[in-house]
Amino acid sequence: MNAPLVRMQDIHKAFGPVKVLEGVAFELLPGEVHALMGENGAGKSTLMKILTGIYAPDSGTIEVDGKPASITTPADAEKYGIAIIHQELNLIPALSIADNLFLGREIQRFGLLDHRAMTKRAMEWLARVGMERLDPGTLIERLSVGQQQMVEIARALGQNARVLIMDEPTAALTEHETNTLFKLIRDLRAQGTGIVYVSHRMEEIFALCDRISVLRDGHFVGTRPVPGLAFDEVVKMMVGRTLDARFPTRTPNIREVRLKVEHVTGGMVKDVSFDLHSGEVLGVAGLLGAGRTELARLLFGLDKLSEGTVTLDGKVVTPKSPNEAIHSGFGFVTEDRKAQGLVLDMSLRENVSLPRVPARAGLVDRPGEKKQTRGLIDALKIRTRDMELDVRALSGGNQQKVVLAKWLALKPRVLILDEPTRGVDVGGKAEIYHIINQLAEQGVAILMISSELPEVLAMSDRILVMHEGRATALLEAHGVTQEAVMTAATGGK
Amino acid sequence: MTLQLNWSRAGTLLQRLGSVIGLALLFIVLSIMSPDFLTTGNLLTVLRQVSINALIAFGMTFVILAGGIDLSVGAILALTGAVTAGLMAAGHGLVLSAGAGLLLGLVLGMVNGALVSWGKVAPFIATLGTMTLLRGVTLSYTQGSPIPVTNSGFALLGGGYVANLIPLPVIWMFVAFVLCGFLLRGTVFGRHVVAIGGNEEAARLSGVRLSPMKLAIYGLSGLLSAFAGIVLTSRLYSAQATAGAGYELDAIAAVVLGGTSLSGGRGWLFGTLVGALLIGFLNNGLNLLGVSSFYQQVVKGIVILIAVLLDRRQ
Repeated sequence: MNAPLVRMQDIHKAFGPVKVLEGVAFELLPGEVHALMGENGAGKSTLMKILTGIYAPDSGTIEVDGKPASITTPADAEKYGIAIIHQELNLIPALSIADNLFLGREIQRFGLLDHRAMTKRAMEWLARVGMERLDPGTLIERLSVGQQQMVEIARALGQNARVLIMDEPTAALTEHETNTLFKLIRDLRAQGTGIVYVSHRMEEIFALCDRISVLRDGHFVGTRPVPGLAFDEVVKMMVGRTLDARFPTRTPNIREVRLKVEHVTGGMVKDVSFDLHSGEVLGVAGLLGAGRTELARLLFGLDKLSEGTVTLDGKVVTPKSPNEAIHSGFGFVTEDRKAQGLVLDMSLRENVSLPRVPARAGLVDRPGEKKQTRGLIDALKIRTRDMELDVRALSGGNQQKVVLAKWLALKPRVLILDEPTRGVDVGGKAEIYHIINQLAEQGVAILMISSELPEVLAMSDRILVMHEGRATALLEAHGVTQEAVMTAATGGK
Repeated sequence: MTLQLNWSRAGTLLQRLGSVIGLALLFIVLSIMSPDFLTTGNLLTVLRQVSINALIAFGMTFVILAGGIDLSVGAILALTGAVTAGLMAAGHGLVLSAGAGLLLGLVLGMVNGALVSWGKVAPFIATLGTMTLLRGVTLSYTQGSPIPVTNSGFALLGGGYVANLIPLPVIWMFVAFVLCGFLLRGTVFGRHVVAIGGNEEAARLSGVRLSPMKLAIYGLSGLLSAFAGIVLTSRLYSAQATAGAGYELDAIAAVVLGGTSLSGGRGWLFGTLVGALLIGFLNNGLNLLGVSSFYQQVVKGIVILIAVLLDRRQ
């Protein structure tokens, strides 16, 4: 076997008294896709920041190609051919592809930009990631997220990266884009590039990766080859215990019809009808851009309904604003908790009570608010030292629980969940599923949009499948296969 | 991760205390350097001078906390002062004239709010427009000449004293401070102001009604500017079309010096009071020390820049 591209040994890192990494090892071979896993806060990001020169380790060694390497700045990492593709893409929207590819290293001729040379080189780079059809003069803002990611990878490869670190690369991609990305990753692997793949998505990791390394609480748990590895074993390595079940079971207790949606049309949503019962979890499946989030926005009064009626407990509601929707009994956990769900600079307490601040005659009832928050922290097992701490400081899973807590405080009759477990680790996911089940048992009607098919299949009582703005199928979840859902989601019969 | 956040929290605290420490240092230095500084008369005079700016800055704090800005405060001050004085000159009573002035300020502020929320105009541009417009209205209303105050009861509002010692404007300032502080920290309205500044989309999705909120926030700013205008008119015994020119910048400076973030969502009212005092005592100290007014501006600019540099956050 070849010498490892990267070998990190006995890495320690502490921020003040907080030990983030304690004796972590990591090895990446050429031509390998290596998954780095662990719950939020396990130390994955810190380890990768050390490898890319953003943090300096307190102790430990890094070798590149078997030789000791000193990586103390991002420029050093670049010199060693180590590049990271961030979750939040680092491209400038108003500049062209070529401008972005050569940002900071523009090709010049007599002190002027040599556009022709850059365009030519950009085309070569784009061809390496299978994007030769893109015109290098196209503005980044005109590209899809998937295409932008390809441009980032092209930039990294253009700078002769041999180690690519990808942080949740598929989080914002469509099915098709994900497949394109996976094909590229396999091609790069065949060419000898080493890829570190950071993700929470088990299915992807098992389909794509050669080996898995797991961190837990800053400690290195182990590295295992993927072939022959059981799913449960990985979970056990990550959480240090066997989860009872990935999806907790619930005995459905479906009661009367609560929400009646008839011929709802607006924006890209076309003529969608369904009933949602008290105590039911109705999963909404479909590809990205199928109109699922748009449907939720219509129901919540965020976008304008052009046709159709919405009836809640026998009363026509048709909300015109989120405020009206909330008063009618809707709750909406949005897919992007940072941009839409939370005020990051406010405390947990203030976030939880945002939809309805406990108050008398407009005056905040502080003791009542604290009591309510305390109750929700306990009920949802939100792990925090202090309810006065800004929610910015919480982990992804705990932030998501805060968003849920916001709505639970209101005791909604219909709760819309849009990607309720995105970016949440395995342990946190199981807890959120448990909460969803509890809510359903209490009689809340739940509309759960999710792009993770196993989640939709396991959690739902029925599944509404959407394709290009229309409802193409309404399936009983029991006994349905992923294939049946995918067929409806792609518009097939 | 965690520690970076602790640092930023510590930084926020330092920045918050920074204004208080700055004020304390200024006090000590001026006490040593000028024998005239630490006298009851001088201190009360400064407090009276500060009160106008503080009243405006309290309203500005709400606007900035909600992620906006209000450049029209000085112009509202001038117009409401002129209208109040004009009504009294036309023979109307004190209560009606002052009430009309306050109402006008509230309505003008709400117009700003409407432009920002329903008109979707950027706050800077919307209030720049109303600032210019209202200044012009004031000039044509007064025909450019001062309107004298004839009502002696009205003159007490800004010129009177409590116990023959404390100027009434100082009392107004502290009353407004307590009321606004309570409004910000003790009411649902205040909570929603901070939420809008922190994340407008999240606030909207949580059912906060943005348009009524913005009308109320800019309305409050207009109301406080009008009150400041009435107090100023009373103290100067006349309303002038050019009154309050540049006051918007002093108010913004007080808010920023106090540690409130210009990007919204983070701040406190006490800081604004400290910021206003800091500007007032700085002016007073430089006067007492005989520093030329040209250099006074230089010093004030430097102090503001230091405050903004402290506000810088990664």
